[in-house]
Amino acid sequence: MLIEGTTVELLSGAEMVVRALRDEGVKYIYGYPGGSLLHVYDALFQQEDVQHVLVRHEQAATHMADAYARATGKAGVALVTSGPGATNAVTGIATAFMDSIPMVVITGQVMSHLIGEDAFQETDMLGISRPVVKHNFSVQRPEDIPSIVRKAFHIAESGRPGPVVIDVPKDMTTPTERYPYEYPKQVKMRSYTPITRGHTGQIKKATDLLLNAKRPVIYTGGGVIMGDASTELTELSRLLNFPVTNTLMGLGGFPGTDRQFIGMLGMHGSYEANMAMHHADLILAVGARFDDRVTNACDKFCPTAKVVHIDIDPASISKTIQADIPIVGPAKVVLEEMIQLVKGSKKQPDADALHAWWQQIDEWRQRHGGRFRTDDSELMKPQQVIEMLSKVTNGDAFVTSDVGQHQMFAAQYYKFNKPNRWINSGGLGTMGFGLPAAMGVKMNFPDDDVACVTGEGSIQMNIQELSTCNQYDLPVKILCLNNQSLGMVRQWQDMNYESRHSQSYMKSLPDFVKLVESYGHVGMKVDKYSDLEGAMREAFALKDRLVFMDIAVDPFEHVYPMQVPRGSMRDMWLSKTERT
Amino acid sequence: MRHIISVLMENEPGALSRVVGLFSQRNYNIESLTVAPTEDATLSRLTVTTIGNDRVVEQITKQLNKLIDVVKVVDLSEGEHIEREVMMIKLKASGQMRAEIKRTCDIFRGQIIDVTPTTYTVQLVGASDKLDAFISALGSASILEVVRSGVCGIARGEKVLSL
Ligand SMILES: Cc1cc2nc3c(=O)[nH]c(=O)nc-3n(C[C@H](O)[C@H](O)[C@H](O)COP(=O)(O)OP(=O)(O)OC[C@H]3O[C@@H](n4cnc5c(N)ncnc54)[C@H](O)[C@@H]3O)c2cc1C
Ligand SMILES: Cc1ncc(C[n+]2csc(CCOP(=O)(O)OP(=O)(O)O)c2C)c(N)n1
Repeated sequence: MLIEGTTVELLSGAEMVVRALRDEGVKYIYGYPGGSLLHVYDALFQQEDVQHVLVRHEQAATHMADAYARATGKAGVALVTSGPGATNAVTGIATAFMDSIPMVVITGQVMSHLIGEDAFQETDMLGISRPVVKHNFSVQRPEDIPSIVRKAFHIAESGRPGPVVIDVPKDMTTPTERYPYEYPKQVKMRSYTPITRGHTGQIKKATDLLLNAKRPVIYTGGGVIMGDASTELTELSRLLNFPVTNTLMGLGGFPGTDRQFIGMLGMHGSYEANMAMHHADLILAVGARFDDRVTNACDKFCPTAKVVHIDIDPASISKTIQADIPIVGPAKVVLEEMIQLVKGSKKQPDADALHAWWQQIDEWRQRHGGRFRTDDSELMKPQQVIEMLSKVTNGDAFVTSDVGQHQMFAAQYYKFNKPNRWINSGGLGTMGFGLPAAMGVKMNFPDDDVACVTGEGSIQMNIQELSTCNQYDLPVKILCLNNQSLGMVRQWQDMNYESRHSQSYMKSLPDFVKLVESYGHVGMKVDKYSDLEGAMREAFALKDRLVFMDIAVDPFEHVYPMQVPRGSMRDMWLSKTERT
Repeated sequence: MRHIISVLMENEPGALSRVVGLFSQRNYNIESLTVAPTEDATLSRLTVTTIGNDRVVEQITKQLNKLIDVVKVVDLSEGEHIEREVMMIKLKASGQMRAEIKRTCDIFRGQIIDVTPTTYTVQLVGASDKLDAFISALGSASILEVVRSGVCGIARGEKVLSL
């Protein structure tokens, strides 16, 4: 319906929600209906631009939206009803928040006049979500919906990205009440102006330090991935011939097979990366937040290093480790400026010092880098499975993961050459993330290989989504590294509790092959390494089928290296018996 | 060290709870908190006093700045400033205590703003330590009730906190 004599349309609040998503360029939204959202679901039914994907649990909807965002850099959208729908979404919102992932979550709410009266399916979603969102909105007038949706996307995607919740009371969507609809092109918020470039003086100072460094390390994180800065990072690193290490969130920011890549750093980082950090005289941190899983004890952190820290969020700088040169700005723009400065500079990087530094690093790499032991037993090592995955997919697949030992093995042994392909929950460490994440990616990249690396513990936290995969034809490949235990918990119990395996053993596992078959998918059981390659190739050759590979791996394997608690970066266990 | 942080924020529902939530969520301490609208009805001014080392206070101001509803943040303790707090204190005042309380009140330039045959209610305005000093100066007088407004502050000189 148009306003007479104009092209301005009259829409109900429910229609505005859907139309605004369309105007935002959204193709898929992930959700689950309920009473407070029925008007919105009816509006969805009557159009085709925005397609809704019906999950089996709201947590999965948020993870699907989140994984779309991790793979594309654009905000994913989830739609959940009030009360239990909203609370089921909280884990997914927190997961996105901890990893700074853009997402817009629309939650239904009871009628506005009932708010505060303990109405049916009422929860204070603004209050519940507040600590785990970048911002949240409550719709007070239907005519505000277009501008709120625009603001929500703007806030979610700009600056340091994060999830935004829009709480919509049911009476804001009444079908019979129509208002003029116009989607705002721009947002102006006096209290929110994300920074667009770094301070040139600081960048110059930092570049001087880079050109004088003798033992430099470039340490980069999720900010390079979400900030679309891997091209600039790669160029600068090559110009300087500096070693590069990535956080768990930063993998793929620099090519994993490049000679200059020294692996992940931190608790389960490579020997050479942690040694290089500890001995560095200069650390260039880009889009990384000196997490406690990276630094180990802050007072022993990299005693000889000066720290240059580039981050879009000033609060990430000097939070745990004091920066000598803080640079607030988007990684992409700041790195580009550095590249120009290095290219234009008369001074060259110190080639002799770097030569000696690389010799040292290569020696570390030789000594302990990237090796695990295989023994004579038939039992497969989980690391072998990941190496095989890397081989079979040429390092080109999207790999999602759950949380536990399998996640660390995937991070250590899959060689990511491209950004946005490694999709895992780092900050919150959410078991149950892997399968819905793989689905969210596959939905949007139907022609790419998408593998979910999981454990028999994690997969059971969202296994119901096998049903969604059936409904929407999502032929992801699930690699379940089955060690019959909550391996990561068990490892800590081995190391710190004299192997008292309190509640870390999974009795009564289902027959996964039969289980997935009952959902209409293909199941495979692999017990021997000699069968692995054939089975995996077969699984990936089945282009339009979901394949679940139940792979028996050594239940006693530990993840190494592992930093010694409260030590420095270089204090590590290298195997069950060796320590640095 | 004690800091007085002034925050200019959108006068929106939920804005205050974001600020308070931030403090509890991140384990920052709040000594006192005041908030009220400004001359511009769309803005409120919030003042929070907190105790923390430089690193913590730097994080507090950075995290406050990140809140979408927050327009500006200033740590008043970084420069010269004036701070004021209002206290109303109800005291048992009978016999010779009446005169004694009156004297102490005068020394501190307090005002007696309500009187009954057995009580005085005193109002005192000043920096928080002056209010503390008054309470200790009361000595043996028996305090029935104390209410303090929390601190508000403003920078000295021409510096202003505005849009
Ligand atoms: C079982 C388990 C084990 C783990 N072990 C390890 C380990 O060994 N090593 C490890 O590294 N991690 C490990 N983690 C992950 C860890 O908990 C953190 O999630 C991770 O270290 C944080 O990565 P990050 O520093 O890259 O920060 P992210 O959480 O990715 O944060 C990104 C940073 O970049 C900034 N940023 C965002 N956009 C931009 C932009 N455009 N420009 C500039 N800056 C930007 C943000 O402000 C933020 O500071 C583990 C997690 C689990 C669950
Ligand atoms: C939702 C949730 N609950 C608990 C944990 C704690 N936790 C971390 S790893 C882990 C074990 C994971 O087991 P599994 O998925 O089988 O993987 P494995 O470590 O055996 O490879 C647990 C329980 C968590 N990360 N997430």
